[in-house]
Amino acid sequence: MPVSPVFNPQDALRFLPEIILTVMGTLMMVLDPVIHKRSSHAFGHISIFALLAALGGSVYAYSIAGPAFGGMLMVDGFATFFRVLVIVVGILTVLPSYSFLARQEAETSEYHALLLFSIAGQCLMAASNDLIMVFLGLEISSIASYVLAGYLRDDKRSNESALKYFLLGSFATGFFLYGVALIYGATGSVNLSVVRAAILHQAADPTFVGVAAALIFVGLAFKVSAAPFQIWAPDVYQGAPTPVSAFLSAGPKAAAFAIFLRIFMTAFEPIGNKWQPLMWTVALASMCVGNFAALLQTNIKRMLAYSSIAHAGYVLVALTAQSETGIAAAMFYLAGYAFMNVGAFAAVSVLTGKGERYQSIDDFKGLGRKQPLAAALFTIFLLSLIGIPLTGGFFGKFYVFKAALDSHLVWLSVLGLLNSAVAAYYYLRILVVMYMYEPGEAVDAAEPLSPSLGIALIVPALGTLVLGIFPNWVLEFATKSAAIMK
Amino acid sequence: MNLSTMNLLGLVLFLPLAGFLIALAIPRSASPNGSRLWALISSLGTFVASLGLLAWFDRGTGGEQFAIDVPWMSTPNIHFAISVNGVSLWLILLSTLLTPLCVLISWNYIKDRTKEFYAFLMLLEFGLVGVFLAQDLFLFYVFWEVCLVPMYFLIGIWGHDRRIYAAVKFFLYTMAGSVLMLGAIIYIYNKTQTFNYPAILEMLSSGRLSFPPGEQMVLFLAFFLAFAIKVPLFPLHTWLPDAHVEAPSAGSIMLASVMLKMGTYGILHFCLPMFPSAARACAPWISVLAIIGIIYGALVAMVQPNMKKLVAYSSVSHLGFVILGIFSFTQAGLDGAVYQMLNHGISTGALFLLVGLLYERRHSLEIADYGGVATVAPWLSIAFLITTLASIGLPMLNNFVGEFLVLQGAAIANFSWAVWASIGVILSACYMLWMYQRVFYGEVGAGVRSHIPDLCAREWAAILPLIAMMVWMGIYSQSFLPPVSQNTARILRQTNVNVSYRVQLNPQPEGKVQTTEVAHAR
Repeated sequence: MPVSPVFNPQDALRFLPEIILTVMGTLMMVLDPVIHKRSSHAFGHISIFALLAALGGSVYAYSIAGPAFGGMLMVDGFATFFRVLVIVVGILTVLPSYSFLARQEAETSEYHALLLFSIAGQCLMAASNDLIMVFLGLEISSIASYVLAGYLRDDKRSNESALKYFLLGSFATGFFLYGVALIYGATGSVNLSVVRAAILHQAADPTFVGVAAALIFVGLAFKVSAAPFQIWAPDVYQGAPTPVSAFLSAGPKAAAFAIFLRIFMTAFEPIGNKWQPLMWTVALASMCVGNFAALLQTNIKRMLAYSSIAHAGYVLVALTAQSETGIAAAMFYLAGYAFMNVGAFAAVSVLTGKGERYQSIDDFKGLGRKQPLAAALFTIFLLSLIGIPLTGGFFGKFYVFKAALDSHLVWLSVLGLLNSAVAAYYYLRILVVMYMYEPGEAVDAAEPLSPSLGIALIVPALGTLVLGIFPNWVLEFATKSAAIMK
Repeated sequence: MNLSTMNLLGLVLFLPLAGFLIALAIPRSASPNGSRLWALISSLGTFVASLGLLAWFDRGTGGEQFAIDVPWMSTPNIHFAISVNGVSLWLILLSTLLTPLCVLISWNYIKDRTKEFYAFLMLLEFGLVGVFLAQDLFLFYVFWEVCLVPMYFLIGIWGHDRRIYAAVKFFLYTMAGSVLMLGAIIYIYNKTQTFNYPAILEMLSSGRLSFPPGEQMVLFLAFFLAFAIKVPLFPLHTWLPDAHVEAPSAGSIMLASVMLKMGTYGILHFCLPMFPSAARACAPWISVLAIIGIIYGALVAMVQPNMKKLVAYSSVSHLGFVILGIFSFTQAGLDGAVYQMLNHGISTGALFLLVGLLYERRHSLEIADYGGVATVAPWLSIAFLITTLASIGLPMLNNFVGEFLVLQGAAIANFSWAVWASIGVILSACYMLWMYQRVFYGEVGAGVRSHIPDLCAREWAAILPLIAMMVWMGIYSQSFLPPVSQNTARILRQTNVNVSYRVQLNPQPEGKVQTTEVAHAR
């Protein structure tokens, strides 16, 4: 498909969310000196406004769905699903950031601007239909995320986190880019539809395509923190400011899965039987490594990091299924996961205190007595992470394993289901300390729940329950967009 | 079925949920008394509503009644489908009867976080009733897991010293079993495109659906493992003594009386009709495990120094009878198994209740700390004695009927099984009476004399209904058995019909003839 040189005004409208986010992010940095004197909360309000506007923009873009910029972008149901998802993750990240940043005395415009840039990159990833666009989105998202991870620059762990994230992230991007280069060499195009056609008609050298697919696979596996490329995740999530950890564990991951799905379910779908065993292995390894390593953690953020590795494994199970149900299951799972994981990290930020002193699981002793609401909402997130019915986590898991069994992946399903029973143990540990011990030092020192943090917990909790009790609407949308993606 | 009776079932199911939500909303300032009163009112309301089910249950037709079927989700086709049959009717009544009694006996015992305690009790009732009502496999799994959460908190927050260990063990055991059942449920859905249980049975009996032997065995085991852990069947029982001993009295009662029945009900309601050949193929092995459980449970109960642990191991023994009855594949055996489920619910519930009352007074569960209680608290002792006698299967009391039927059924299937199982009956008399003797007779210790007042009115209100049930169920089982027989006969028929389509089963003409004879004889 040749790139059309003519600029079509509708292209810009399909690109609206990215435009809004970039403009607002830039504006915020420019207006910083003016606003900063008046109210330190103003940046948060602007971010929320920008994200809501971008949300509206994505919905509008969906109403005029179609390709943009000569097929480099593809605004379809799939893209809209992930755009909305990452923007919602953004909103859920800004909400706990209010009280978190106030507590660390670190309210600046950069934090919010970087967040908006990162989300803009993720929206671009979700909508891209061209490997170069994917790469651009990936870099915009990642570079902003590297800085965010090191945002608390006086904190040693935050620095370590940023550096590790940067080094390993760039390394992964290198793999990805190398794969893209090989694809271009083999097929003469970076457009996913053209690549697919080339592979389908066997116009491309299968060895080259295979190597390229493997390299792209490795690059993306890094980004979604799938084993054995998960090493960076625990250190990064532990060191990053808690709301940023929440963001990193959901936003970039969801966007990376979006391109994972887009590339492997469209362009590389014809060679599915080649990469399926690879995906099978990585899915199982992620579940096992994530769950078994999480059993041993004493730091709650590290534990959630390992848990997010395991959850990446569940999504990969859905990818292994290589079916429309599988795509829909992965999409639904990521939506449920975004709510419960961001919520869980927000709940962690209730307690960490200034300088993020309290991060040990034992610090949560007696939270149920001192802050019943926060503990109850945290309980909902944990039950959802375990996969107890009536939560989004359960339904997502159910749907993932349904897709897997549909594709006759019996062993992967059985091992995955057993894994989820293992996982129950470490989530239960948090419930145990919250409810079955007397309050300790950290809980005594914790401030009462601020309204913004309260909302930051209640909104994802409602989202988790709605996805668990009335999943139909999201599920139908996911199924519909999965069907037209191919 | 008219609209009002259909709504009745919804009422029985959703009243506890409403109770739970309202209990959460009770302000902390009004908590101790407000929560207790609210819990009592809403659980009694549920009980009254469930009596309505009994009144309008059509004993003539049998089968599934009061059916409600509302679509829940469309893409995996999940329905909110509930109905009542002759077995689940009694199990629901058991749950709704025991919940207010649990509220009564926790009245003064639970002082800490009362609001949460009663809220979780209501949620537990919701889950339990739902498990027995669900006619949609997905819905069944939802309720099955929902039960787990409140029980986990009941044990973990209000239990005794090792409560955390017990709570986590309970949760993980059950979870490990049930995830495989989830896999099997999904597998069945992918094969049939429905979760609707009656529809699946209909497909099986009409031959449109069949599970080849290997597949059927795997599915059967996936379901059976989840249920067997819950029952618990030897050797999967190790979570039970811990959970029972550490739980507060109300938790022990609900756990023993109702939650264990989730497992046996599941086997009866799902495993047998869906996977008849596999169930029959496994029957000898499972029966042997059940008999080992009966004898092992009784022997271990005998040497327990702790009363709750003793009752807990006696549960392992009693539930062995239920499994033995189910896997005898005879009308008498199945009837006996269901009756024994109810009996165990009543009499073991009462035992845990009475042990809880003793603990509330003396703050000890060790048998050695008691002695001569009969002298200071004669009424308590009499209540305990009746319960003990019921539990060991004295004629005229409830357990006798159930044990008799189970042994009869087992004897038809394999005479030596009945012989071995009856050893358990003898042993149960040994350990129960020996405990009774050590606790209630003998020297009156100083601790006992000063600490053990007799039953108060509230405690009478909790124990009397159970004693009345023991006598009623023992003397006039005709009030209870006909709907049960109707339903078990249907299950038995389904196991035969479904088998005949898949055959490969050694024909056992003798057994079948005897089965029908027994059915007529009664």
